[in-house]
Amino acid sequence: MLNEDLKLSEKIFSPDIEKTPTRDGFGKGVVEAGKADSRVVVLCADLAESTRAEMFQKEFPERFIEMGVAEQNMAAVASGMAAAGKIPFIASYAVFSPGRNYEQIRTTIALNRANVKICGMHAGVSVGPDGATHQMLEDIGMMRMLPGMTVIAPGDAEEARKTVIASAKINGPVYLRFGRSATPVFTTPETPFQVGKALILWKPEDGSRKPEVAILSTGSLSFSALTAAKNLSEKGIETIVLHVPTIKPLDTEAVLDSAKRAGRVITVEEHQSAGGFGSAVAEFLSEHHPVPIRRLGIQDQFGQSGSPEELLAHYGLDSASIENAVRELAGIKLKI
Amino acid sequence: MALTNEQVRALEKKAEEIRETVIKMLVSAGSGHTAGPLGMADIFTAFYFHILAHDPKNPGWPERDRLILSNGHICPVLYATMAHAGYFSVEECLTLRKFGSRLQGHPERSRLPGLETTSGPLGEGLSQAAGMAYAFRTDAARDAERPSSDEERSASLTTRRVYCLMSDGEQEEGNTWEAVMFAGKNKLHNLIAIMDRNNIQIDGMTEDVMPLEPLADKYRAFNWHVLEVDGHNISEFVNAVGEAKAIYEKPTLIIAHTIPGKGVPEIEFDYRWHGKPPTKEEGKRFLKELRTLGGKISHDYA
Repeated sequence: MLNEDLKLSEKIFSPDIEKTPTRDGFGKGVVEAGKADSRVVVLCADLAESTRAEMFQKEFPERFIEMGVAEQNMAAVASGMAAAGKIPFIASYAVFSPGRNYEQIRTTIALNRANVKICGMHAGVSVGPDGATHQMLEDIGMMRMLPGMTVIAPGDAEEARKTVIASAKINGPVYLRFGRSATPVFTTPETPFQVGKALILWKPEDGSRKPEVAILSTGSLSFSALTAAKNLSEKGIETIVLHVPTIKPLDTEAVLDSAKRAGRVITVEEHQSAGGFGSAVAEFLSEHHPVPIRRLGIQDQFGQSGSPEELLAHYGLDSASIENAVRELAGIKLKI
Repeated sequence: MALTNEQVRALEKKAEEIRETVIKMLVSAGSGHTAGPLGMADIFTAFYFHILAHDPKNPGWPERDRLILSNGHICPVLYATMAHAGYFSVEECLTLRKFGSRLQGHPERSRLPGLETTSGPLGEGLSQAAGMAYAFRTDAARDAERPSSDEERSASLTTRRVYCLMSDGEQEEGNTWEAVMFAGKNKLHNLIAIMDRNNIQIDGMTEDVMPLEPLADKYRAFNWHVLEVDGHNISEFVNAVGEAKAIYEKPTLIIAHTIPGKGVPEIEFDYRWHGKPPTKEEGKRFLKELRTLGGKISHDYA
């Protein structure tokens, strides 16, 4: 059943649930962060409209810095601004930042412990028609390997807004991952958000059957995981859905608890299955509570053109694929 | 603001001491770069003993000028100069590149107070310096609009300058030119870059590896003010920085023509000394060569 403590959207399973891209949440959040703290500045590499940095530009033109198509310079300039007391948010597509400017981020931001927020837009295959060149699938891995880097992939536009506001208050480097396509807004302003905390979206009714599988997901695919859990529950298969926006530092307590309760784990992410969120979960559980794990993600491939729905289905990341994966993983145990 | 002869002599003497420390550090470390640090000793001396507004006893002083070393591999001369200026003891210089040392093989800001950034990977320093200069200028404009009660503080904030020391080799990095464009567009007059034009890089002479000239014209085309000086003439260099400070509409580049390995005639202008340290024996010989030359200079002035 849905976790009512989280005050999720009342329209959560209704066809007319609001759909908004998480990048819109960035735009709103960074304006709020800018109002709260005059040190907040936004740097953008010629993508003000599509990153939604333009919302900040309109509100604070004097604190918006157009960098041109120069992501390497943007990262290092931001490091310099942070050293001079600013709180820079740098916005571009994730393939370019942190894709192209990885070493500038490593040396001038991470090693310097610079107070810079790296905002990677258009992450995942759900970018859609632009194709493989623009579908970033390796950013979570690259960023979570950097010492001192906080990594957050918000689940919807409302949570995205909160992550931006929260990240402005963290003194250190943060990577924030956003998507291009409109996805269901399943949280509300009342839903709690705390950096480093996971949310149990779905769990078996008290006293009912034990969960078969814990589905751990990050980013906007948490809504697909939730849909899968509801469908499975209607067919008598109970699961836990743990939404994990903060990939680093991982909420190990919540991950451990759900793995113990279900005994089996499926991870879901719009990212290479190697090195990303699923890897982070598997690394932790293999050392602390080994359980059967299946990691849903992109399997050592690049994306391609198509609609977001087509692509998520093709790569096995829609709710039907998650349902099948749960059945398969639960079925393995039944055979034994 | 020109230096007196006495001041010039004192700075030259200091530069010689710094070169000696550099050689001792490299011998002790057993690895590191020799040519660049010796070539830049005069300029580092000019900065830390004359140009910079700084306080070695209070390295975090907010109103200090910022000196960004972009080509971090020449850090032995940065460390040696900082030690002689009083940031830490000259003895600590001998810990260079050793386990547990604050003097990492390439400088790391979080390990040693007084370092303005972490560097080594080339082509990134000018971007960071430009970011600082942009932020300081924004703050200065804000303070001018809404003067704080402490007018003196506000006035001194507006004069904070950012100096970026970079190599000629790193002009081959695309990131450098992104920074050049950004600084030119934004007319960052409080940014002064110094290029160590020593003509060598690891694989050979810059003009053979990847021709850089005409460097001055290139920067001018990007809306910079460009000056060229003899990087071993401290007085000339100080005057150039003075001129750069007076340029209001553009960032300034000072191309400092230097001799790699300067002070040790047997390695001067030899690119093979870019990335290796002297052995113990070579170190002794180099120190002797340095001191003989030092004697000659003081003789000339006497």
